[in-house]
Amino acid sequence: MRNTPASWGILQRNTLEVFYYFIKEETIQRMKLFIGILLFTAVLFSLAPGKGFPAQTEPSLAATPAAVTDDQVNAIARELYCPVCENVPLDVCPTQACAQWRDLIRQKLIAGWNEGQIKEYFALQYGDRVLAEPPRRGLNWLVYILPPVIFLAGFLILFQTLRRLKNAPQTDSPASPPTETIDPYLSRLEEELRRREKE
Amino acid sequence: MQTNTTTAAPRQLPLWVIAVAFVLLVGFLGLIAWGLRRANEGPIRIGDRVPAFTLTTFDGQTIHTDDLKGKVIVLNFWASWCKPCEEEAAALEQSWQKYKAGGEVAFLGVDYVDTEPEALAYLDKFGITYPNGPDLRTQISQMFRIRGVPETYILDQEGKLHSVKIGPFASSAELEAIVDRLLE
Repeated sequence: MRNTPASWGILQRNTLEVFYYFIKEETIQRMKLFIGILLFTAVLFSLAPGKGFPAQTEPSLAATPAAVTDDQVNAIARELYCPVCENVPLDVCPTQACAQWRDLIRQKLIAGWNEGQIKEYFALQYGDRVLAEPPRRGLNWLVYILPPVIFLAGFLILFQTLRRLKNAPQTDSPASPPTETIDPYLSRLEEELRRREKE
Repeated sequence: MQTNTTTAAPRQLPLWVIAVAFVLLVGFLGLIAWGLRRANEGPIRIGDRVPAFTLTTFDGQTIHTDDLKGKVIVLNFWASWCKPCEEEAAALEQSWQKYKAGGEVAFLGVDYVDTEPEALAYLDKFGITYPNGPDLRTQISQMFRIRGVPETYILDQEGKLHSVKIGPFASSAELEAIVDRLLE
């Protein structure tokens, strides 16, 4: 026989009430809207231009050497990593090699290259590891797709679970005494034991 | 009070969902295993056959190591920002001049993570004439798993790694001693 303590029943009921409060029909609609916004944001983020591996674009007009400022060079250098030092962004790297690369960025800007083309050139010369963000191609897509997909899957599972809890019939109520549910097999067993005791 | 209750069987996911999830999980684990295996691969060892690779030189010439079968290959990794590389630059060119006419030895210079203007200035400064090119996407250096520059790898006529020199050669004689042994 299994007894359900009254306190447990009350706790369970209170917890369910809290759940129900949060998953009213109105709340469900809001959740759907929230999921929609999340999906839309994820898609929008993955397609945002200027992020990740740059697309080949037409060269812009060439700038004069004086027109290219250190800030412009560093803005691109910040998005690149030193190919020989470990985890050092190019804009703060103190080595001679990094100074050469920053100068190369300046030369490319003077030649009229844009940020995307310069990043592409660096990736071609030194490998994708110099890019601050993995380029969006091949297996690298997993880095961008998996986290939002896993997050959304987790959110949907939580949503479904809460919804199921809401739809489940309430078994405990303070007005009625706790009901005992007996397994038919257990009752047969108890009956058999009682019969044997009598014998 | 005793009541018999019938408990509803727990809702199960469709079989195809479970199968797809399982395949995705196995695929993802396989991908991680493949990546880890690649990351833990050691350098090419002495006696190992060196995989074929292509070097595109600064003047646009494409050299396939497959085409150099039967020749001893002296593969030197360097960079214009590398001071120790300068110590051996003249010695390498001197050795190249010695073997150039014979056609039994090929010298290849691989410029490791460098900028082209500085690299060309370096080649000009030391009068280097054997084929040199950038290590595009660092594919060649990754294959050899170099630890720095300069490093020189000498491949025998069968394309197997014969010896490795970490750091600069002290003189052309040091390099030529190794190459001559292979040519005997």
